[in-house]
Amino acid sequence: MSAAPSLAAARERGTPRPIVTPEGVELHFVVARAGDRLAAFLLDSIFILVALTVLIVGTVLATGGLGGSGWLWAVIFLVVFLLQNFYFIFFESRGRGMTPGKRRMGIRVMEADGGTLTASAVVVRNVMRNLEVYVPLAALTSPELLWPAAPGWARFLSSIWLLVLAGMPLFNRRRLRVGDMVAGTIVVVAPQAVLLGDLGSDRRLADEPAEPVARWRFTEKQVDVYGEYELQVLEDLLRSTDPAGGQRETRRAVAQRITKKIRWKEQIPARDTEAFLLEFYTALRARLEQKLLFGRRKKDKFSADR
Amino acid sequence: MARIRLKSYEFRRERERSWRKLDQLVTQAEQHGVGSLRGKDLMTLPRLYRGALSSLNVARAISLDKNVLEYLEALSQRAYFTVYGVRRHLREVLATFFARAFPATVRQLRWNVLLAGVTLMIGTFAGYEITRRDSDRFYAFVSPEMASGRDPDTSTESLRGALYSTDHTQDGLGLFASFLFTHNAKVGMLCFALGFVAGIPVFLLLLTNGLALGAFWAVYAERGLGTEFWAWLSPHGVTELLAVVLCSAAGLALARSLVFPGRLPRLASLAQAGRKAGVIVLGAVVMFFVAGLIEGIFRQTVHDVPTRYALATLTAVFWVWYLGFVGRDRRAA
Repeated sequence: MSAAPSLAAARERGTPRPIVTPEGVELHFVVARAGDRLAAFLLDSIFILVALTVLIVGTVLATGGLGGSGWLWAVIFLVVFLLQNFYFIFFESRGRGMTPGKRRMGIRVMEADGGTLTASAVVVRNVMRNLEVYVPLAALTSPELLWPAAPGWARFLSSIWLLVLAGMPLFNRRRLRVGDMVAGTIVVVAPQAVLLGDLGSDRRLADEPAEPVARWRFTEKQVDVYGEYELQVLEDLLRSTDPAGGQRETRRAVAQRITKKIRWKEQIPARDTEAFLLEFYTALRARLEQKLLFGRRKKDKFSADR
Repeated sequence: MARIRLKSYEFRRERERSWRKLDQLVTQAEQHGVGSLRGKDLMTLPRLYRGALSSLNVARAISLDKNVLEYLEALSQRAYFTVYGVRRHLREVLATFFARAFPATVRQLRWNVLLAGVTLMIGTFAGYEITRRDSDRFYAFVSPEMASGRDPDTSTESLRGALYSTDHTQDGLGLFASFLFTHNAKVGMLCFALGFVAGIPVFLLLLTNGLALGAFWAVYAERGLGTEFWAWLSPHGVTELLAVVLCSAAGLALARSLVFPGRLPRLASLAQAGRKAGVIVLGAVVMFFVAGLIEGIFRQTVHDVPTRYALATLTAVFWVWYLGFVGRDRRAA
């Protein structure tokens, strides 16, 4: 399976995390990158801070000072506590496993082996954050709070130890933080993709008759030069739309490279470049898919034709 | 001469309609919840999901259209989350949590609870004995902020005063209660989290807390205020200390799963213990809330020693009954 194109595509974006569904099909989830996760966490922290500020400033303005009823402040105290400690738990346990910050970054929490994300797992992974973020922060900024009479070396060692805990996602391939390990969860890229038209059949050029006509014919030998990798690069190139028209030169250059490689005799006129590339794409795909039916994959132009 | 017809395109053309339908249902479920789907759609969702999976499987074998492969992969993943990630209603979750999950999990970890409880008691008795023999040791166990003027040199009168404090006016009680709750809940959660570091800090925290408690006890007992001290402490203390013990027990369960993972790989064993621990931590937060209410409101308003003891006994009996027996039958069934 390692040669499956979807897995290869997933690898471009990050470490794959294959999960076999109960139906027996393997889905290739992609582990979220550490940077995205940090960004999501910072975003969420900002949201919490803003909410806290609005809440407190709003109450002060509404009651005209720090006076007001003690019960009112008791409730506000509780809300502050809930915001600080249950913001993540609340959003992550609401079905999609996403906090607002995670949604912005396009990542989500899932159970590491696929099943339903339980509330208990969500609680644990977020309670552990105390140990991962807040304790190391305290250790860095005011170590005397943690261990008042500690000698210098002990402070140094414990700070390192805590930083190791905080940096845990960087030390493993699945980017698990301590909370993920304890809860058995993993953070993956939230799947999203748009179905575009099929290049090989749907796309109509402006000057093309209703019934598509093949203008060029490629011999098997000519098409066999390339493999799946080149096919998909060509697909990306044909799908790319650059309003500045920058892709025109690229397409021109690619067409020239292809004609040279397959020893195409005649010159392709500039205005036919796209049509030529589309037809070459279709022919190449037809050839490779035909071979695929017989169980033969050609990964790229370097791999031997098996 | 007509252009080449791609087999993979024929494949896509035949199925595209059902992919789009599934896409639409999943999008609706993601945005408004699965509950927003109509009955008919709910019936077709699993069928369409299986259809998409099978399309993905076929597409991997016959199609080289990268966009189709990526789309089917993403669609199947989203549908997978929608079909298998369905959660029950919050009310139902809460009901099973309190009626079954929380007490049952505490019972599963009973040896950890016992160990944490015994550690706290050892700390308390040691603190009591040591301070009784040498009252200067008090300062080693209790920080000045925590003592807040209650130390061996304080007069009996002010010590007694602290037990019957009415510092907080009626209006401030709620604030005091909510301050106590949030503070204790944070300590409890930290106590649990520290279990990840092989559990040693959990023991240290339990011992130091026990030592401080014992030291206070000794100071009050010296002046013959021992009974009144416990009357002051136990109405909320039973619940609060129990919650601390439960959080520590959850932390110890983590430590144990890491140090002695048994047959499972460490990571799997940790995740297994972690989920149990999560249930306990959530329950303990609720217990801290109850304790905060008792401490912040009841203790400040009721000064009668027998009444205080009565409430303490009541809470103790309640927790033993709740954690020890509730939900037991259904677990056996």
